[in-house]
Amino acid sequence: MTEGTLIKVGMADLNIAEGGAVLKTTGLGSCVGLTLYDPHLRLGGMAHIMLPSSEIAREGQLNIAKYADTAVPELLTRMKSKGAVTARLIAKMAGGAQMFAFMGGTDTMRIGPRNVEATKQALELFSIPLVSEDTGGNYGRTVELDSHSGVFSIRSVQFGVKEI
Amino acid sequence: MNLFRNNADFKLDVLREVGNIGAGNAATALSTLLNKPVDMAVPTVNLLPFEAIAERVGGSEAVVVAIFLRVEGDAPGNMFFIINREPARRILQGLLGFNAAENDDYSELELSALNEIGNILAGSYLSSLADFTGLRMSPTVPSLAVDMAGAILSYGLLQFGTMGDDALLIDTTFLEGHQEAEGHFFLIPDPESFEKLFRALGVPF
Repeated sequence: MTEGTLIKVGMADLNIAEGGAVLKTTGLGSCVGLTLYDPHLRLGGMAHIMLPSSEIAREGQLNIAKYADTAVPELLTRMKSKGAVTARLIAKMAGGAQMFAFMGGTDTMRIGPRNVEATKQALELFSIPLVSEDTGGNYGRTVELDSHSGVFSIRSVQFGVKEI
Repeated sequence: MNLFRNNADFKLDVLREVGNIGAGNAATALSTLLNKPVDMAVPTVNLLPFEAIAERVGGSEAVVVAIFLRVEGDAPGNMFFIINREPARRILQGLLGFNAAENDDYSELELSALNEIGNILAGSYLSSLADFTGLRMSPTVPSLAVDMAGAILSYGLLQFGTMGDDALLIDTTFLEGHQEAEGHFFLIPDPESFEKLFRALGVPF
């Protein structure tokens, strides 16, 4: 994993990167792209979270990368195995949109905001500060985390690229 | 999914036929709207990993025009009519008779027309399906988005998300002049709906 390497994180997937490699996840709608970053090690991690809580899972084999409450601890474990220290970590995230806003009624329709809330709760459990976020709205996002600089960039159709 | 433990091939055939009937009617409706022939490919029924679903319309980041409807009633699910921007522009040209936006700045009128097209197509798809199965199926008001395919389609996969990393979708491609894809119709029945669909069609579950 060296500079210029692109590591793709799929839907309901997570991964870590160092040495200047870039983590990328595409087409986030109501899903949340969460990143953790250890500035000292220049080590980054990214999870593409799809659903808020593993309590609703009916899977035979639980995909822990999929749910906010399980993805955060797993990403943390993966980063610690590379030497990351929880107290040094900072979090950034994007996504959690409501792609189709016409019916606010049922819980499923509010899945974007619920994913954002659940991710924040999971971060609080480990006292990891969320330093910036670009969440909500009704549009899709593609996000990248540069493991060298810690820069989190967000691309959308309407607003182009921005960095947080 | 344990859906296909018994009679897998037969069930897939039945679902393909479900797509055939619904999309056939929708293609006829689109043909009438545009006053020209619209063909459709034989529907495919796929159990696909989430990652692969957006690939069917050009990839997760491909910008598409999507009309989404929730199917309510006896066999709930999600329905998407997805068209790429160029065919969408041609449809608008054919329908409204003036040069539609070259870029992504669709006017209110154009968006409204696209929404209505989605509404008509989905309505004809569902009503033929409801007639055929005897199930009550009704579409909600449609909602339109012009955005990344991944962001749009992932929304239709949430019901499957709690069960695994794959979703079953019935995909019909609309063709114009036997080559260019005019659009895609995705019917993604909720996991719970399959049993009802199969029972309604006399397939042992």
